[in-house]
Amino acid sequence: MAPSESSKPSGEKPSLATIFKIFLIAGAISFGGGVVAYLREYIVRDEKWLNDEQFLDALEVSETLPGLNSVNMSVIAGDRLRGTIGAMVAVVGLMLPGTVMVMTLGVLWSANRHNANVQAILIGIAAAAVGLLTAVTLQLGRKQLMKPVDAALIFATFAEVSLMHVSLLMALLTVGALAVWIYRPVSGLPHGHERFRHLHERMQKGRHSVWRY
Amino acid sequence: MSHGYKLVQLAAVFALLSVMAVGGGTAVLPEMKRMTVNTYHWVTPDQFRDIYSLGQVAPGPNMLMVLLIGYRLAGAAGAAVVALAFFLPDCILTLFANRVWLRYEHSPWRKAIQQGMAPVSIGLMLSGTYSIARLSLFNTAGVVIAAATMGVLLWRHVNPVILISVGGLVYLLFSKLA
Repeated sequence: MAPSESSKPSGEKPSLATIFKIFLIAGAISFGGGVVAYLREYIVRDEKWLNDEQFLDALEVSETLPGLNSVNMSVIAGDRLRGTIGAMVAVVGLMLPGTVMVMTLGVLWSANRHNANVQAILIGIAAAAVGLLTAVTLQLGRKQLMKPVDAALIFATFAEVSLMHVSLLMALLTVGALAVWIYRPVSGLPHGHERFRHLHERMQKGRHSVWRY
Repeated sequence: MSHGYKLVQLAAVFALLSVMAVGGGTAVLPEMKRMTVNTYHWVTPDQFRDIYSLGQVAPGPNMLMVLLIGYRLAGAAGAAVVALAFFLPDCILTLFANRVWLRYEHSPWRKAIQQGMAPVSIGLMLSGTYSIARLSLFNTAGVVIAAATMGVLLWRHVNPVILISVGGLVYLLFSKLA
């Protein structure tokens, strides 16, 4: 296949209504997280709006920039499809179902938050979330935790934020800057050839393994 | 404090959190708790935990729970302001940075930032986890629920919303028996 063909998986551009519909479904169905994996199923496999490489490329950008992966992915995909307006439609579609549900739950909670049963359920959910977050962090950070330099950076970040109660901005300006400096480019070394490999590996693991945060 | 001033404060705090959310939503939880609980007293620690839990059972992007902090403080207007302040700056940043990014695809600094920020993101996620742990693990039942959830997820691919629901019900049962 010629490069020009592979970069354009589908000929015509979808309508804004179609973009809205697809992102709305992804936003409504993704109970328990895994939004990015649903997006991949719909955008790459079903609609063929992006090919796999374009999707992983966008994911890489989404992970590096601040913000939630799923929202950033929607911006990039929507922008590719229909420009700025496409990005807006995609993000609104993705967020709408969850927003309606969160607000409904919030109103119910406001009226019943002193109820002992409601409180017990919410404490249990938070406890389970701690387990979920720990599992996700361990899976995402498996490689880094095994590498002494990275493990030290992980611990330094955790220590600053959680033990020394340093502000996030200060942590990013100290450990973050140090980390980028440690990995600063050294002239003459090739790079970038395997940059999709870890993303491919993670994709194999399926929807609910590492995608939530 | 006037209603308008509250909305401006909400917007400022969540916009700042938005651009600092390197590594996603969990990474910014400690700072969010610091600002909304300790600095501005918008919610109590228990309310922060409850709001976080409500967000866990909704579909879509994680961290939609932030809307409820705005709702708690300033009603529907507060929720709308927080939604815009927390999500819009990142969307705009991503829109333009992604277009520029393509031009720097082969810049060695791009790789340096990615490699350097990866462990920092993991550290921030650990801190986010720790924040929620301190608000929810204060007895054996909580610790058992957390450990069991982690164990199951590391062992099998189960939809987390099932385990989250089980966690809530088990704790309810525990509170009835205790």
